[in-house]
This record gives sequence, C-alpha cells and structure tokens, in this order.
Amino acid sequence: MTTAARWEHFSHQADVGVRGIGSMLEEAFEQAAMALTAVIADPSEVAPGEMIELLCEAPDAELLLVDWLNKLIYEMATRNMLFGRFAVHLDGTRLAAQVWGEALEPARHHPAVEVKGATYTALKVEQQPDGSWLAQCVVDV
Amino acid sequence: MDPALFERASEHEWRIKPFGKMRVPGVIFASEALLREMDTKVYEQVANVAMLPGIVGASFAMPDAHWGYGFPIGGIAAFDIDEGGVVSAGGVGFDISCGVRTLLTGLRAEDINTVKERLAESLFRAIPAGMGSTGAIRLDAVEMDMMLKGGARWAVERGFGNESDLARIEEGGCMKGADPTQVSDQAKKRQRNEMGTLGSGNHYLEIQQVADVYAPQIATTFGVNKGDIVVSIHCGSRGLGHQIGTEFLKRMVIAAPGHGIELPDRELACAPIQSKLGKEYLGAMRAAINCALANRQILTHLTREVFEQILPQAKLPLLYDVSHNTCKVEDHNVNGRTKKLYVHRKGATRAFGPGHPDLPKELRDAGQPVLIGGSMGTSSYILAGTKRGMQVAFGSACHGAGRAMSRHQALRSWSGRKVVDDLAGHGILIRSPSMRGVAEEAPGAYKDVGAVVDAADQAGLARKVARVVPLICIKG
Repeated sequence: MTTAARWEHFSHQADVGVRGIGSMLEEAFEQAAMALTAVIADPSEVAPGEMIELLCEAPDAELLLVDWLNKLIYEMATRNMLFGRFAVHLDGTRLAAQVWGEALEPARHHPAVEVKGATYTALKVEQQPDGSWLAQCVVDV
Repeated sequence: MDPALFERASEHEWRIKPFGKMRVPGVIFASEALLREMDTKVYEQVANVAMLPGIVGASFAMPDAHWGYGFPIGGIAAFDIDEGGVVSAGGVGFDISCGVRTLLTGLRAEDINTVKERLAESLFRAIPAGMGSTGAIRLDAVEMDMMLKGGARWAVERGFGNESDLARIEEGGCMKGADPTQVSDQAKKRQRNEMGTLGSGNHYLEIQQVADVYAPQIATTFGVNKGDIVVSIHCGSRGLGHQIGTEFLKRMVIAAPGHGIELPDRELACAPIQSKLGKEYLGAMRAAINCALANRQILTHLTREVFEQILPQAKLPLLYDVSHNTCKVEDHNVNGRTKKLYVHRKGATRAFGPGHPDLPKELRDAGQPVLIGGSMGTSSYILAGTKRGMQVAFGSACHGAGRAMSRHQALRSWSGRKVVDDLAGHGILIRSPSMRGVAEEAPGAYKDVGAVVDAADQAGLARKVARVVPLICIKG
C-alpha cells in the first residue's frame, strides 16, 4: 500500500512548521520542500520553467533534512526564485535533487514572508507505524 | 503554564529550582497572567539553557518569552570563559542583531496631517520591503568586508547619516572583533542585493506619535514630548546574518560531542568560547551585528531623504538603536566581583542602567533607551534601563509583544485587505507588498504589548517612559 504524498504546516508560536509525508523518504523530503514554498506563496502558482541541481550532505537524516531546506532557502534568496517541483534522490547521507521553479514576481506570487532558516526545532525524520515517511521541522520567518 | 511549577520569589519573579543537569536556577520575569499564558515549552527551554557549560547566575526569560529555538525567545544567559563557558549560535538565532531604532523628528501631528498619504507613498517607494526586494547599493568584495568591520560607522563614512548618529547606537555603531574572513562566501552572496532592505515578517518602518509620557524627566532627556512625531525602524542583518546562523548552527551541532558538550536540544548548538569554532563564530556573529547596524543606518538615510523632500524643516536625529539577538562581552557584578561575561540575548533588549559607562554622556543619568516594538497597528513603548535591571538580569529587558497565535491561525482569522481598511479607519496607513503578510501580522495575532511592558516596569527591569502609537506603517 502506498501513502498519498502530501505536505502540511504545523503550528509553532512565533513561526511555522513544515511537514512532508510520503511512501518513501525521498517523497517526504520533496513534500517538506513543497511545504517550505507554501510558507511563502501558493506552490501551484510557481511555474516549473527553470531547473537547477542541488547537492547536500549531513551526518544523519534529520540534519540532512535541515540542510536540504536551508539549501533551498539559500537558492531562493540568491537567485530570487521560487520552486514548485522537486525530485530528490537519497544515497545514505547524501542528497541530490533537481528542483524546478521560476523568478519571483511579487505582483503575481504575493510572497507573504521570506524564510530566514530551517531549524532543529520539532525536527523529525521517521517512518510512521503505517509505513509512510514523515520529515518535518520548524522554519524561522 | 501552571504557576505551581515555580517558586514565586516576588510578585514578578518566578524561579525554577535546579533539577537534573541544570547548573543554575531558571528565572522568568512576568505577571501571573502573562506566566499563565506562556507555553510550557518556555519552562523546558529555560531549564535546558540552564544546563549549558559555564552559565552564570541564572537562565532568564523576559515577560514576552515564548517558545523559540533552543533558547526561548525572550531568553538571556551569560557565560564565564573561566568556567568553560560557551557561545551559542542557537542562543543568538538566525536574525543576528535584529533590532529597533527610533528617530526624533521635532514634528507634531498637525505638521504631517496634510501630507500623510504622500509621506506613506514616498516611504513605501523609498524603502525596499518584502521578499525579493533589493537595495540600490551593491558592495564589491573589498567594500563588503569594510562594511562587516565598520558597521554603522562604515555607513556614515559612505554618506549614510551623520557622525552624531554613532554615539546613539550600541557599541558606538561599530562592533569590535568582527572578522569578515569567518563570514562564508555564501553569506556574503546572500547579502549582495540586500543592503538597505527592510525584510519581511515582523519587520517594519513606522511613523509614530507620542501618546503618553510616564516619566517626564527621562522623556525630556530623551527629547520625547507628548504629541511628537517619531520614526521607528525594526529590521536586522538580512540574508548575511541568516546564513551565518544556519552555517554555524550545523557546525556547532556536529562539533559538540568533540567539545565534550551534551546538548539537551540540538538547537542549543554551542562551542566553548575559547575553542577555534567558538572564536570563529564570535568573529562572524560580530560581522553580522555590523551588517545589521549598517543596514539600519542606510534605511535611516533613505527615510531622511524622504522627509527632506516632503517636510524639509525636520531633522531626524537618532534617539537610540537597540539590538535583540546578540552575544556581547560585558562587565557584570557576580557575587560582589566584576566579571567579563558573554551575555546572550535572544529576543531581548540590552537595558543598561543609569551611570553605565557605555552610555553616551547626555543619556548616562537617565539610563539606556529601551525601544519596545509593538505589532502593526498597536502601541510601541520607550523605556529606560534601571540599576535593578543591571543587578537582576544582566541589564536586560523584554523586546516586544510576542505572538499570541500562529501565522496559520492568523491567516484563517483575517484578510489582509480588511486589516488595512480597518486600520485606515483608525487613521493608520499600512503600506505592504503582501496582503497575506499583513494578515499573518494582524494586530490581533500578537499579545498585548502593554501588559508585557507593565510587567517589565513592575519587575524593575526597565522603566516605562513613553507610549507611541502608529500613524503610518511600511510593512515588509
């Protein structure tokens, strides 16, 4: 049985938590990235016009999730882009990804807030009792 | 949370007796009502901070404390190098030296009433705000390093503001010990287009009016009179500070076992002050403080240019500039002896009391101005540091209202357009590139800043001097 991949936000008093759920760990990471974009703007409004490749490495899966989200935050800030589609490949503690997006247009994307960084707060990467994978943490806005 | 978790040391002081691995007590300064509203996470985080090596006195939280990352937001902890003390990237946070400055204008409401709309539009055009906005200033590698070493002093030397501004900024506008070589290329790249930008979230530029004066003598020293128009700017070190926080947090988490540090929470990532990593972080963090000071100085210049166009009679001298997320080396009295301590303030304001040698001469008798930002559409406050605050909390006070509800809840509760229209009905002009951002920052999403300020005043951390109300708010 496969779990429908999905993302959601969870409450943190000052900021916001991002959570990705999928039948595979890769999918959970992709969905967490989607949740990150959704903090800023509606992901369905982001056209996948341009693709870039990213690499991350960290000692464990949880630190890797934070690294992955921080890499996206960095790329969004320095390229002035938003991302709406993600393909993650995991190999132990290494992550290689292709991400698709487009230049940020404030008038069209209505960005609510910029994200400063992904944190270790409420950080969890784990397989759920139903076999699905969950990847989550709080991001500082 | 339940007051029964604490020993009530006085009306506004709630103590956590050391348990488990806590090295010192925890102390929360708050009224009973504010304490009851706080999340139990604050209790856990105050206790966790008390477990860090070399902590001195107590792990403190201010009346506006709420669930943060590792440290509570509104948390204060001081560390002694001689006791194996640490410096914590988590304890400073991502938005290094985020802070508030207030400019006096000498204007009264009647001076701006006829040009209010024009002023709002001109400020909104002049101040880059919101995600993806860029500043007009591009720094090459050499100039970037000079900015990181020079802070607001660098900005003044480049024509942004006046020499007289510098005395009214913590550290004289230039944080010593900044080491741009410890700031990664990524952090510098992230800052490339962000000099002189406001940012987003709870950052703002406000035109305010002094509504009440509580301590007339100090207010006079500060140059604040009832009815005066002032300008307040809330923002931080932008992308550079965020990237430094991100990078050092990871490095400190990974290095902790090697330093013999057991982290009660990974977000408390720290390193011994005397370790290589600790020193590197201090060098980078101080560079980020300078970036924040330079950024607020540039925004001040842009604001003055707008006033020059519309209200040329106004000069805009700086009342003061405070920083919220910092680690600073300060002298404090510990058991009758003066010690050099590494004081972390996470979402808390330095509040030096009267007579402190670091205060400019003309403010020294009054104490440091402590600028407390409200949320959009609500009051902000000007306080003054006290001698008692120096004794009981390493010269620290609260920093703002603190959120009462999450962004998600706020977004479900309000429409940005309606918030703007409602506030306009109260004579408050909001200008923002993002209506969703406005909804998430709706006044009702924040706690009552008045209750927080009253608690800080009654606990003796800082003295209430004046209340200001917003007239125009440029929201990131």
